[in-house]
Order: sequence, then C-alpha cells, then structure tokens
Amino acid sequence: MSADVAAAPAARLIANPTTESRAARLLLIGLGLGFLALFLVIPLFAVFAEAFRNGAAAYFEAFGDPDTQAAIRLTLLVAAIAVPLNVVFGLAASWAIAKFDFRGKSFLLTLIDLPFSVSPVVAGLCFIVLFGANGYFGPWLDHHGVQVIFAVPGLVIATVFVTFPFVARELIPLMQEQGTSEEEAALSLGANGWRTFWSVTLPNVRWALLYGVLLSNARAMGEFGAVSVVSGHLRGLTNTLPLQVEILYNDYNFVAAFAAATLLAGLGLVTLVVKSLLEWRYGDEISSKHRK
Amino acid sequence: MSRTTFRTPSALPGFGLTFGFTWLWLTLIILLPLGGVILWAGSLGLERLAQIASDPRTLSALRVSFGLSLLAAVLNAVFGLILAWILTRYDFPGRRLVDAAVDLPFALPTAVAGIALAAIYAPNGWIGQWLPFKVAYTPLGIFVALVFIGLPFVVRTLQPVLTDLDRELEEASATLGADRPVTLLRVVLPTLFPALLTGFALAFARAVGEYGSVIFIAGNVPYVSEIAPLIIIMKLEEFDYGAATAVATIMLLISFALLLLINLLEAWTRRRLGHVR
Amino acid sequence: MSVELKIRDVRKEYGSFAALNGVSLDIRQGELVALLGPSGSGKTTLLRAIAGLETLDGGKILFGDVDASSKSVQERNVGFVFQHYALFRHMTVFDNIAFGLRVRDKARRPSESAIKTKVLELLELIQLTGLEKRYPSQLSGGQRQRVALARALAIEPQVLLLDEPFGALDAQVRKDLRRWLRQIHQETGHTTVFVTHDQEEALELADRVAVLHKGDLQQIGTPDEIYDNPATPFVYAFIGESSAIPVTVQAGAAALDGAPLPVNGVSAQDGPARFFVRPQDVTVKELNGSSTVAGTVAALRRTGAYRRADIEVGARKTRVEALLPTNAPISVGDKVGLVFQRYALFPADSAPATA
Repeated sequence: MSADVAAAPAARLIANPTTESRAARLLLIGLGLGFLALFLVIPLFAVFAEAFRNGAAAYFEAFGDPDTQAAIRLTLLVAAIAVPLNVVFGLAASWAIAKFDFRGKSFLLTLIDLPFSVSPVVAGLCFIVLFGANGYFGPWLDHHGVQVIFAVPGLVIATVFVTFPFVARELIPLMQEQGTSEEEAALSLGANGWRTFWSVTLPNVRWALLYGVLLSNARAMGEFGAVSVVSGHLRGLTNTLPLQVEILYNDYNFVAAFAAATLLAGLGLVTLVVKSLLEWRYGDEISSKHRK
Repeated sequence: MSRTTFRTPSALPGFGLTFGFTWLWLTLIILLPLGGVILWAGSLGLERLAQIASDPRTLSALRVSFGLSLLAAVLNAVFGLILAWILTRYDFPGRRLVDAAVDLPFALPTAVAGIALAAIYAPNGWIGQWLPFKVAYTPLGIFVALVFIGLPFVVRTLQPVLTDLDRELEEASATLGADRPVTLLRVVLPTLFPALLTGFALAFARAVGEYGSVIFIAGNVPYVSEIAPLIIIMKLEEFDYGAATAVATIMLLISFALLLLINLLEAWTRRRLGHVR
Repeated sequence: MSVELKIRDVRKEYGSFAALNGVSLDIRQGELVALLGPSGSGKTTLLRAIAGLETLDGGKILFGDVDASSKSVQERNVGFVFQHYALFRHMTVFDNIAFGLRVRDKARRPSESAIKTKVLELLELIQLTGLEKRYPSQLSGGQRQRVALARALAIEPQVLLLDEPFGALDAQVRKDLRRWLRQIHQETGHTTVFVTHDQEEALELADRVAVLHKGDLQQIGTPDEIYDNPATPFVYAFIGESSAIPVTVQAGAAALDGAPLPVNGVSAQDGPARFFVRPQDVTVKELNGSSTVAGTVAALRRTGAYRRADIEVGARKTRVEALLPTNAPISVGDKVGLVFQRYALFPADSAPATA
C-alpha cells in the first residue's frame, strides 16, 4: 500500500524451481484439507454429536443397558484371546521369514497378506462353511456338543482371520532390516536360541511389536463384517460392541447406538494418538517405512 | 529332500519350529477356510454356478460393488495424491494433526463410520440437508462410504515414495526449460505412477469387500444399492450355502485377477524404470 | 551461443551461516573453470546460484551483458549436469535428451524431425549411438553421466554447469571421462564451470581454477599459478602438500623459535607468521652453519618412487616433510641441514590452514 515499501531485491522475485506458486500451494492445501474434513473429520464429530444429542444423562443411560454391557465384555474377551494369538504367530512368522533365506519366501509373504484383500463377509462365510450347522464339520461338532458358530469360538476365529497379518507385517520389514549379526554375536557368546530371542531380538523390535499389537487390537475390537456373519446376533450372548451398535441403530435407538459407538471411536482415537506418538518418538525403531 | 537346497544354511536356531508353525497356523486359519468356500462353490457344478452368477439381483450387486469401488478408488487416487503431496512438501499449521487424521478410516471401526456417514449424509443430516440430491440410501451413499475407507491406502503408499523423491529430478527439468506444471506432469507424476497404482489397487480391493461402513448408508434397495457382500449375507440367512459361496468365489476371483494384473503392471514398470541414482 | 559469465559480489546466507560471502569472479567465453574447495566451501551453492536454483541474498550474475539475477531457472538457458545425473528414469535415453527441446513453447520448439536429428547428433558426440531406446537403468554409471551431459547440451546452453561430474564414478571410468570431457569442451567450446573437491581433477582439467573456502574466493588462476604461487595460507595447505612452520617476523627477517631462518624476501608484517613449504622444495644437506636450518630426522617412509622424511626443526620440534630419492644416505636420528627452494610466509592471524 504505502509508497515507502522498498522493492524486494530482484533476486527475491525468482520462484523456487522445485515448488509451486503460492496460489497453487494454497489451492492444493485447501482441496486436500477440504476433502479430509468432508469425508473423514466430520463423521468423527458426528458420532459424538449424535451421542450427546439428548444430553449427557441420556448418553450415560445408554450404558445401563445390560445387553450393551455384555457386548463390551464380549468385545474385550474376544480381543484378549485373538491379539495374543496374533502376537505369537507374528513373532514366529517374522523369525522364520526375516532371519532365514529360503525358497518361496515371497509367496509366503503374499499368503500372510491375503486377509487384507478378502472381504470380511467372505472371511465370516469361510467359518460358516466349515463349522455351520450345514457346513463340512458342523454335524460332527453338533454331535459332540461343541458350538463354534453363533458362539464365542466362532467370533474369536473370525477375528483372528481378519487381524492375522497386522503384527507380522510390522515386524518382518524391521527384522529384515536389522539382519542377523546381533543374534549371531549372541550365539557366539554362548547364549542359547531362546535366550538370544528374549535378550537380543525382542528388545530390538519392541516398539514395532507394540505398534502391531495396537493396530491388531483396534481392528479386533472394531471388526464388524466377519463377526456379523458368525455371531447370529444373540443379544447379550454373541453380540460384540460393533454388532450392538448395529442392533441399537436398527431399533431406531440412535442415542444409544451412537453412545456405544463413542466407545469404539474413542478406542480408535487412542490408537491413533499412541500410534502417532510411537511413530514420532520411535520412528526409526519401528521401521524405515514409517519415516516421516 | 535335502534342506540345504531349500534354504541357505544359517547359524541361527529355530527355523524348523517357526517355519512349521507359520505354515500350520496359516493353513488352519486362512488357507483351509478359504479353500472350503471355493471347494463348496466348486462342488455345485457349472450349471448351478452359471445360474447363480446370472441371477439379475446378484449381477446388479456385483456391478454396484465393483463399479462404485472403481470410482471411489479413482477419486481417492486424485485426492490421496494431493494429500500426500501437501503432507510431504508443504509446511502448514496442524500438518502433523492432518497427517494423523489420514489414518482415521483405519482406526475407526467400520460400523461406527457407517452410522456416522449415514447420519450426516441423510436428507436431514449436517451435510445432506444442504445438498439438492439424495446421498444416503442411494448408490451415491455407497460411493461416499467407499471413499472414506479407501483414502489412507493411497496416501500411505505415496508418502514414503514422495519423501525419497530426488529433488534433482525437478531441478533438472527446470534447468531444461520446463515450467512447473510441465515438470509435475511429465517428470513427477510418471515417477510416482507405480506407487499411485499400488495405492489405487489397495483402495479398490478394500472397497470391493467392504461391508460395515456401507451397509448403513446404502439403503440396500434391490437392483439399485445392494452390494455383493450383502447378497452373501442374504443367501446365508436363507441357509443357501451354495449361492453364498458362489458369490464369494466370484468376488475372490475378480479381486485376485485385478490385483494380479496390477501387480504385473507394477512389476513391469519397476523393471523398466529400475532404480537410478 | 556461449557467453561470458560475470559474478559480482554474490552473497547467500542460510540463517546466520554465510554460504557465499561476497564472491566476485569473471569467467571468459568458452573457458573451462573449476570451482574447487572442501565441503561447505560454498562451491556447489555458487554453481546452483549461477543456474538460478538458489536465490541470491545479494550481488549480481551477468550472462554476457544481461543481468540474469532476476531471471528464472527456465529463462536462463543453462545446461546443468547433476552429481547423480538426475536422469528421468521413465524416459528412454532419446526422450531424456529431447526433453529440453520438447518442453519449449510452440514458437521456439523445433519439429520432431529436427529434434531427432539433434538427438542423434548428440548421441554420436557422447559415443552412445544405438543406445537411444535404452532406459537409464540399463546404462552403466559412465554412460548415464554422458547422457546427462548430452541432455544438458541439447538446449544449446549459454553456460554449462557440472556438479561433481565424476564424483559417483570409480577411478578408471573417472580418468577416461575426464579426458573425454576435455575433448568435448574443445569441440563444442561452451563456457563451462564445474564443481569438484578433487584438486587433481581441477588442476588437470580446468583452464583456470577458483579455490573457495568458507564462502570466500581464495584465489583464481591457472593450475600453475594456483600450485606454484598460492595466494593464501588456505590455498597453500589445500592444494598439494605442504608443511607449516610457526615463525616470528621482525624487521624483514624471520626467526624460528628465536633462531634466524635463512630465507630471503620476507615482506610480511612484524609479528607471528606461518612459513609454508612443499616437500619437494625442501633440500636435505649436511649441516652448514647459518645457511641451512638444523633438523633431526624423526621418521622415514617409502612412498612410491620417493622416500619421505619427517624432519624436526626448532626448539619446539616442528615437523617438516621432505621428499628424497630412495637412495639418499640418511637414517632416523641423523642431524641434517635444510634449504628451502620455494616457500611463502603469511601472517599468523590470517585464515588457518585446515586441509
């Protein structure tokens, strides 16, 4: 505006050759953030807004429902079984894949990633076909009084299916990067295999393991499609929290549905925060692919 | 069989145990169950399979699932590229927060996302009320849900590639006289293409099988807004394992064929481009 | 096409760090000039500033009589060869070389057939005829380097700039390419500036060498001038080998730890100073009174065709290196007399030698 604003030195006027003009930058940032808000952020706020639509009292009242309470307990139980199973598998698979060279390794890696590209509904269907009343092993199981489908074992096994790759795929790249020299050093110093694993390998991957557990747990507690197929929706018995949300929603009990959903959304947010902290603080120790 | 021909010898112990356990667990949890579905569908005979596959309602659901997943993946490729770009190249307030928010669809359970999207895009919802057309309970609603769940795949695939992208390439282009749009179009974009394709494929594959976030907003109108996974559930409720496994097998086959195609395309571009430093 | 390059008091700062501290330099049309210095000396910054890849915080860069300072990279028409070549790996060799011509606006863009002729001509120049359909990943390091050069030459640049052109290559390829680059320069006659930290490369290849240190131009001159008459202690220490002896100057005479140093032409100011001498300029003789400097042989090493001696001089036993024939009758502990053929004295407070 004022005349005494000195002209910038001529050299200043040259645009940085590896970035866009200011207008283009602002436009791109605007587009990106607008898109993110529209599709990702607003839905998150909506969950909480809908849950508190009729005030805090109505919100807390929703948790008095014994069916909802049972669903919370069941969700915790399923995750408490499925996640440790994934940890054991993830550690075994990453040890075999990252520390040894063998033929067909990439094929094995592809198979481990398979659940990512299978619809959760198909995952559930798998176990109906195997263990359902009309399934391959259903009649035999029925005869022996074992119930898998429409019971806790079915929920666990379907959850294990969909969360199968999470721990392994966090550990494998990191352990491959770390190589085998530290383990070989430990062995040469007289440590046995278990000791080497506990004192050398595990401490080296602890943050990546935590990261994998976190993601695996979030998915285990939040899984909907696969457990929906195998649960049978028995209220108070085989309904996990996401299924309870569905039932409440379909009963037009919106406040209760969204109240239950806030628990799951909270779990997701906590997962995100811890995940971001882990990446920020221990990025190098998680894996090079998380480098920021 | 001599083991040394199968694996390189190593001083570390535990290969047999962990390798065996990995395969056993993989077989029990993943391969056997998936095999069961395909076997069941296979035992139906071609005639019955053809009959299920040509059922107009099933066909329509497959069209809806694959068609909308494709469109959603395209939109995600565009905006995922923009987001990955601004997150790696620009500095703006709250960048870290935005970066974390990209993972929301990974962290938010699908059912929660489903009812939230249905609520805001409903005709009286926060966004729905301002739109002159219906979103929730139409195919457009399905599209919105599929965009939601697919976005992080594109962003997270592109980010590491963008971080590693050599700035010298862009400088070289500039010294040769190319202005910024030309550089972006002819130098940066082709370099990112393999990663963009991977992200697109991942988003697409995820969208095709998605159930939880879609089912609440879809309206599930036969021949209009029914998705393929819903058909499987319906068939199961009728105890028609045959039809359910047949639809599942069709979905699996189409998905795998597409993934294979994209993997081959990617392998081809990578082999051609190699790694030049 | 090629122009004279005038660099006038160019400054560049990164925060409080001065990468270029007012550098002025004239490069003649068709000249081949090396920017030589250790890392952090500002040599690459200067090269990038000439190209327009860095903005200036002060000063001017003129291409001929035209001020290029306010021109964008795209408008400057410089050929820049990057250290890691920066070849477009999704394009064939042909498309890489043609890129600069194809991105021109319609009015200035040659026809496809003219582009083809030009590219094939360049391929012949870089001796890669027949490889135009290859991708960069299918080329060796030396071949990539040559494609990068051809790509830069294709736009008929006003100046050709090369950043550590041989840095990423192994020793043998490096030697061949050096000779070849010299040849190409003679054929094409471009005003050429290249950055290197390798003094051998700079001295062998360049018409003139500009030595930079901590953002300052220390000296510019022919390889002979730089080597034989270093202008600053830094250049003396950085180029070739030398020993530095702390001395005191008093009324036109130098003294080492109180004993007079038998050298002539001392023009430095009174006070502490540093005396520089190269190993090959040190002659070892019998001790002979005041015409030689007394020393004791502290160590002997065989290096190639010579024997190197570390000789301690003065009360503080400062070590001076000397180059001797392998059959020199000398052993550790011998008392010897040194004569300095060629040397220089610089005040001690001038920039320290850190090579």
